[in-house]
Amino acid sequence: MTAAVFFGCTFIAFGPAIALFLFTIAREPLRVIFLIAGAFFWLVSLLLSSLVWFISVQISNKDSAAQQKGLLIFGVVLSVLLQETFRFAYYKLLKKANEGLLTLSQEETMPISIRQLAYVSGLGFGFMSGAFSVVNILADSVGPGTVGIHGDSQHYFLSSAFMTMAIILLHMFWGVVFFDACEKQRWWAVAAVVISHLIVSCLTFQNPQYVASLVPTYVILFLMGIWAFYAAGGSLRNLKLCLTCKDKDFLLANHRPR
Amino acid sequence: ENPAGGRWDESESWLSPGITLPRQLLMCFFLSLSLAGVGCNSVEKKIYVHLNNTVPCVRLLNATHQIGCQSSLSGNVGVLHVLESEENLDWVLKTGPNPPYLVILESPLFTRPIMMKLKNGSSRVAGVAVVAPNANPPKGFSPHTTCPNENTGVYTEEYDPAFAHCNVTMWNPLGNGLSYEEYDFPIFSMKDDNDTQIIRQCYLDHNRAVNGSTPQYPLCAMQLYSHMSAVTDTATCMRRNDINFSISPEMVCDPLGDYNVWASTRPINNTAKGHKMFESVVILDSRSFFFDIAPGAESGVSGFVTLLAAAQALRNATQEAQPNRTILYTFFQGETFDYIGSSRMVYDMQSNQFAVDLDNVHSVLEIGQVGLRADSKLWLHSDPVSMKNSSVNNEVRKLIVNLQTASRGLNVSVEEPGFSQPLPPSSFQRFLRARPIPGVVIEDHQSAFTNRFYESMYDNAEYLNVSYPTNMTPEEQLEFVTETAKALTEVATMVARALYIQAGGAETQLSSINADPQTVTRMLYGFLVRTNNSWFQQLIPSDLASHLGKPTNFYVGVAQQSSEPTLLVQYLLANLTGSTPNITQDNCQNQREDEEDKESKHFYYYMWVQGAAPPNSTQREGYCVRSTVRLSKALSPAFDLRDYTSTNFSTWTESRWKSIKGRIFLVASHDLEMLTLGVGVGVLITSLILTYVISSKADMLFSAGREPANATY
Repeated sequence: MTAAVFFGCTFIAFGPAIALFLFTIAREPLRVIFLIAGAFFWLVSLLLSSLVWFISVQISNKDSAAQQKGLLIFGVVLSVLLQETFRFAYYKLLKKANEGLLTLSQEETMPISIRQLAYVSGLGFGFMSGAFSVVNILADSVGPGTVGIHGDSQHYFLSSAFMTMAIILLHMFWGVVFFDACEKQRWWAVAAVVISHLIVSCLTFQNPQYVASLVPTYVILFLMGIWAFYAAGGSLRNLKLCLTCKDKDFLLANHRPR
Repeated sequence: ENPAGGRWDESESWLSPGITLPRQLLMCFFLSLSLAGVGCNSVEKKIYVHLNNTVPCVRLLNATHQIGCQSSLSGNVGVLHVLESEENLDWVLKTGPNPPYLVILESPLFTRPIMMKLKNGSSRVAGVAVVAPNANPPKGFSPHTTCPNENTGVYTEEYDPAFAHCNVTMWNPLGNGLSYEEYDFPIFSMKDDNDTQIIRQCYLDHNRAVNGSTPQYPLCAMQLYSHMSAVTDTATCMRRNDINFSISPEMVCDPLGDYNVWASTRPINNTAKGHKMFESVVILDSRSFFFDIAPGAESGVSGFVTLLAAAQALRNATQEAQPNRTILYTFFQGETFDYIGSSRMVYDMQSNQFAVDLDNVHSVLEIGQVGLRADSKLWLHSDPVSMKNSSVNNEVRKLIVNLQTASRGLNVSVEEPGFSQPLPPSSFQRFLRARPIPGVVIEDHQSAFTNRFYESMYDNAEYLNVSYPTNMTPEEQLEFVTETAKALTEVATMVARALYIQAGGAETQLSSINADPQTVTRMLYGFLVRTNNSWFQQLIPSDLASHLGKPTNFYVGVAQQSSEPTLLVQYLLANLTGSTPNITQDNCQNQREDEEDKESKHFYYYMWVQGAAPPNSTQREGYCVRSTVRLSKALSPAFDLRDYTSTNFSTWTESRWKSIKGRIFLVASHDLEMLTLGVGVGVLITSLILTYVISSKADMLFSAGREPANATY
């Protein structure tokens, strides 16, 4: 019976990511490679932060609750900073790789644009971080029990799934904005990405008041989405054109399989 | 894995911290791989409360039936229902809206009518958990049958139709036969402690129907795992044991069995045959409804402690003035399950596999349940059928006269039941089954058992009145001589004297034979209260010492290894009847007096025990004990003969199992689960459509003339 919860939560957490992967990434091998490389970079950042965490817990006083809480906050901040550092490292690497690809390529244009790379690598980061945040919870959602015997909220699984969905999408948006900012050397935008990442992570300290963490996260998600949309070259005009379908000629003229 | 020691391993779950904070999670992830999580609450801990101190009822099989309980492979899940009264059963069996239910029974409700109703309504019953009380119930309770070992004793239709099937005396009138029923749901016993408090609280918070309303989700539920591998009967499971599907054969059941302990007052050559003997026997084992609670205080301990004390009392007397006949002390294991130990020994005697043949057994004195004497009376039971033969009759009369002589001057009086009554369930029946041997069974009941808790978990120290003044340290308790110990000492003295005269000793010696109340009280404390005490520690080898636990479990267990009570009785008997020659540890462990000695091992058994530590030292001073104590196999001959449908021998086997555990948790309503699934499917479909639309229009969405560089768009 609780298989329903498992599938429900899986679809919520990974539904958008799977859809994006199927329609925009799976068909192009180069994008798949960059996606996996992005996921790998996120994993390396995780490894480093967990190493630091492991060592610091060993040397801390395990009986002091306050110290442990402080350590947790330190760990979160450190991990966010490490993740963003690795995002930057990945950007630098991709720039190098792209130059290399260009020299190899017979065409005179790049096989993949830096904007596409931003999107693909962001999604790679998102996939991996989403998987790490929710897999354990999904494993326990199979049942037979549900959370609550110690008085916790029943909606633990549902809110975890929604949080994961937000994290995956946020990583995608952060990727787009971050790479765009790096391209244009707008360092304040990079700082904005890091700060919003920090805020979202620290919001989860609000748990188990799930509303208090989910609502602000989704507000940030929405804002980041708009920013990423503009950063990726979208505009209100384009959106209008799309929605009002006045673009038939334009579409016909430009349509090419992606 | 060994099912008898079948502890379930608590698998430490995969961690995971509070909600979705990925960074928090990831750290916990790596952390928990190496260490128990610090500051991480795993999801599993949020959901489940694992129950400690649960004891299952397990499946046993014989030639024709299976008894006991089992869960499905993945455990039985049911909504908790604390049964408050018998009327309350209707909620479980008929009206309750959320079946199946897992019923929590207070022990007064653990009765046959209720259990049978639950058994018959088992489509609505997921399992039963019985809360074991801290004090014994005022009324009697025995889950055993009314006629124990009905079909494998001597009283068959052929032997004497008048006595078959307990026609004359129903030995255990309180027996409700619950132990011999088969249930297709798990039944666990829980101590009345924190766990049960959590369960009750969980029930009150979530499941209790107030004023007839139906309780609202989430409901408190419980899951019990006790999946049993064996089914149907012993023949089936033994056949399956022999099927090898894989390289490592998967066993499904094991025969019940252990070792009998025996010793003789004169060293007898273990390899030679044909010694003349007079035998004194007791039963060593017990059982209860649940797997490893079998305190057997009255049904087992009272008898064998008496014989151990008597054996000690006879040590000096038999060494100084050796009587004509050798006395053989035997302690039978597995008697509860159709006389496993005695049937095996008689079988071995008949087939010349034992040091004594059956023909050389002069007579048998069996000590049964002797802990609960009314008016200091003991009853001498004998077999009316074999006594029709005049020579047997004469010998039995002599034995009874000897017992009466022995009781003179003691606070014990012995009497015969006074009417033609068959023997109570006793090992001696197996001897009679082979040959009419004169013999007497000493019991504390005239007809039906005085034991109100026969083969139940209440047959414990409290029932035998082995209690101590408050504020005593364990060490003081060990030495404190209880009234029960004094009474049993009298019985032991009487038994020792009777054995001495029966063996041909002089009556003039009798006054010098006295059992030691100090030893009796220590043994009672050791077997009923705490095996891990300083006295037992001294008398056993160090490898056994580390295994000592709380009160002993007298369930016979499976045949692969000897159980704790067998080993303890073996070492106690050796220490109480043996001598301590000055032999090195190496020689002692190699069964020899010195390097050249090759003969002694046939007569004696040597064991190296820890000994006590001198006052100002922590190093124990071990010593060697030389005695005639030996073990002999107590495995039903049916398993050697591969006759798994035997009606003559015990065919009991115990199923194997993988895990035994219980946990409680909340279950969400069906609606909430479906809502989650619905939202999930909705999110998936929406994002599929949205992504498809956006990606098909990406060209124009993201091509704001400003950046024509995006060639691939």
